[in-house]
Amino acid sequence: MPPQVTGSNPALAARGVSKSFDGRKALSGVDFEVGPGEVVALIGPNGAGKTTLLSILAGIAEPDSGEVTGDGVAWVPQQAALYRRLSVRENLLLFAHLQHDAGQTAENPEQMVTRMLELTGLADRAGDRVGTLSGGNQQRVNIAIGLMADPSVLLLDEPSVGLDPAQRERLWGFVLGLVGEGTAVAFSTHDIQEAERYAERIVVVAEGEGIFSGTADELRQAVEAGAAGGGPAAAGDLETSFLAFLRERGH
Amino acid sequence: MRWLLLKDLQILKRSPLQLTLLILYPIVIALLVGFAMTREQDQTKVALYNAMPAGEPLGFGGEEVDGNEIRDQLCGRVDCIEADSTADARKMVENGEATAAVIVPEDLGDKIRSLASLSPESPEIQIIVNGSDAVENQVTDDRIEAMLGEANLLLAKRLSEGAKQYLDLILKGGEFDLLGQQIEVLGLQKSEQILKKIEPKLPPGTDKEQLQRAVRFAHLATDNLDLAGPLLTAITEPIKADKVEVGDEAPSLDTFAIGVTVAFALMFVTVLLVAGSLALEKEENAFTRLTAGLVGRGQILVAKVGLGTVVGTGVALILLVGLGLFVGIGWGRAPLWLLALIFGAAAFSAGGAALGAAAREVRAATLAAVMVCLPVALLSLVPDDAVGPAIETAINLVSAVFPFRPTLDAITGGLEISGPSLWLPLLHLLLLTATYGALARLALRRF
Ligand SMILES: Nc1ncnc2c1ncn2[C@@H]1O[C@H](COP(=O)(O)OP(=O)(O)OP(=O)(O)O)[C@@H](O)[C@H]1O
Ligand SMILES: [Mg+2]
Repeated sequence: MPPQVTGSNPALAARGVSKSFDGRKALSGVDFEVGPGEVVALIGPNGAGKTTLLSILAGIAEPDSGEVTGDGVAWVPQQAALYRRLSVRENLLLFAHLQHDAGQTAENPEQMVTRMLELTGLADRAGDRVGTLSGGNQQRVNIAIGLMADPSVLLLDEPSVGLDPAQRERLWGFVLGLVGEGTAVAFSTHDIQEAERYAERIVVVAEGEGIFSGTADELRQAVEAGAAGGGPAAAGDLETSFLAFLRERGH
Repeated sequence: MRWLLLKDLQILKRSPLQLTLLILYPIVIALLVGFAMTREQDQTKVALYNAMPAGEPLGFGGEEVDGNEIRDQLCGRVDCIEADSTADARKMVENGEATAAVIVPEDLGDKIRSLASLSPESPEIQIIVNGSDAVENQVTDDRIEAMLGEANLLLAKRLSEGAKQYLDLILKGGEFDLLGQQIEVLGLQKSEQILKKIEPKLPPGTDKEQLQRAVRFAHLATDNLDLAGPLLTAITEPIKADKVEVGDEAPSLDTFAIGVTVAFALMFVTVLLVAGSLALEKEENAFTRLTAGLVGRGQILVAKVGLGTVVGTGVALILLVGLGLFVGIGWGRAPLWLLALIFGAAAFSAGGAALGAAAREVRAATLAAVMVCLPVALLSLVPDDAVGPAIETAINLVSAVFPFRPTLDAITGGLEISGPSLWLPLLHLLLLTATYGALARLALRRF
């Protein structure tokens, strides 16, 4: 297995984490680390355990075994966690107040809401009920709440699903801005291009096991090395390499 | 936590249907119940023909029962219309003026008096009912049975008192008035003493043996008859004692009706609201975000119970104010019944939270709430003495485990001085709130 690209003091780390649901293994002995200011992409097929791993890292779910270290973790859930009958502003204000009261941010809640409305570009829809927004716009509010607390590690579960290209660009512009200020980011995605473009390191999970960790180039090399007799080795297309990699390992 | 509660109230405000129901429901219920309670009571009318000579005392052994007293007993529970003759009474029943007629025959007094004599005859009252209405017949039968039961109880009590006096006379001796003549009765105890005194003075022989037998008899009879007195009292006393206890503690019918109405509304509004609102946190996925370092599960629970308590108390208040337009509400006792409303709302909220946490879906939570509330409330209203011991145990269990009965007791106790004590139900509700809160907290671990 390729070497883990981590500093000596990771911002967030999971060691030997296992989790079962009703006797079915969702994760078995997974190691995962994010260094300070590092951006890590988590890829893998549906049901691989990405969401389970991220929610254990966020401290929302308890692992059956293994341990998680790190704090200042913020988390943006895969499914929008918002009150549909409240307006955009009311949702933002509620979570701003809660985060303020929980000591996660010192920023004035009203000010925070103004800043977030600007960030999401939803200022003109601030008074609309979240339930009446399009899926993509709901996702914007969902992400904005996760970004409020200036976390040292930001966990994003499929953040760009449903966003148009411009909005996706805007999201990453903001996230990379946070990274520039030292925030570490781990995100899951099914978009291999997004992983290659924004992540310094890619982690592949399949059937609850971590089967790869390294750069996009290292993933390509692993596929070429594995393809006995130098078969139809994937040239530039990371997505093809990724699929070949999974197939090789019987996933 | 303040924000959680405010958020829920805001969501409630955004749900026009729910909000309208929360305000309109108690108002409509108050109007309906208020009108029903103030409508003229449609009491069963019974024609009464009393052929017994007026003012004739029915005496036995010094105890007297006035004919009027029996009439009052009969007419205490129903509306009596005086009839002039048996035929008159029968006509009243036939043309529907009265649902039944009671004929007190001329010789009732003689027959009652005969109960205390050596050849007792059973006193009879004639009852005429209209056979054309089966349902009304059943109701009338029940009413008349209850009337006769009361009258019989009165007679039985007086009879036993009279009989006891006769017994005392035979035992201890004394004077007895028979047809204006005073008769001296020696009494068994005295006879025994006298006989014992004479015994040593008699010469030995057969006569002395006879005397000893008489002494033994007098002794035995005294001992055994001594028991008869308490026994006679025991036959009538337990029934009477039971009735008095129930009668003293029960609140007035008006207060009870108000209590049932308010407890019902409080239960449905609170349990449905809290169960649905907690399940909504899960359905909207917000629960996970809230518990990701923002607030504890316990805090969410407390906020939900707070929401139910505030809204439930508000709805109950609207209802009480509405009912106050029709019937008297003890506004001076407001601190007491307000306490009852708040404690009841809190207990129902905790129960609703447990349901919502277990159901995890708004639809399932709502359905579960209705399916639990309805039978519990109905069971809690069945009087204990109307069913067999097995069902009575079940009812007592349901009344103890669910907040409806203690809430009803607390509200009636808060509304009326003569109602049940307020503090015990309040303690009961506090206990239920804690228990259901703990259950809900447990269910939230797997939410
Ligand atoms: N709350 C739960 N109860 C039961 N099983 C669960 C639960 N959450 C996840 N699982 C199971 O755990 C496994 C991993 O699920 P997870 O959601 O982590 O996958 P994922 O990699 O995020 O998939 P996707 O790409 O579709 O989001 C799946 O088999 C899933 O069915
Ligand atoms: Mg997922």
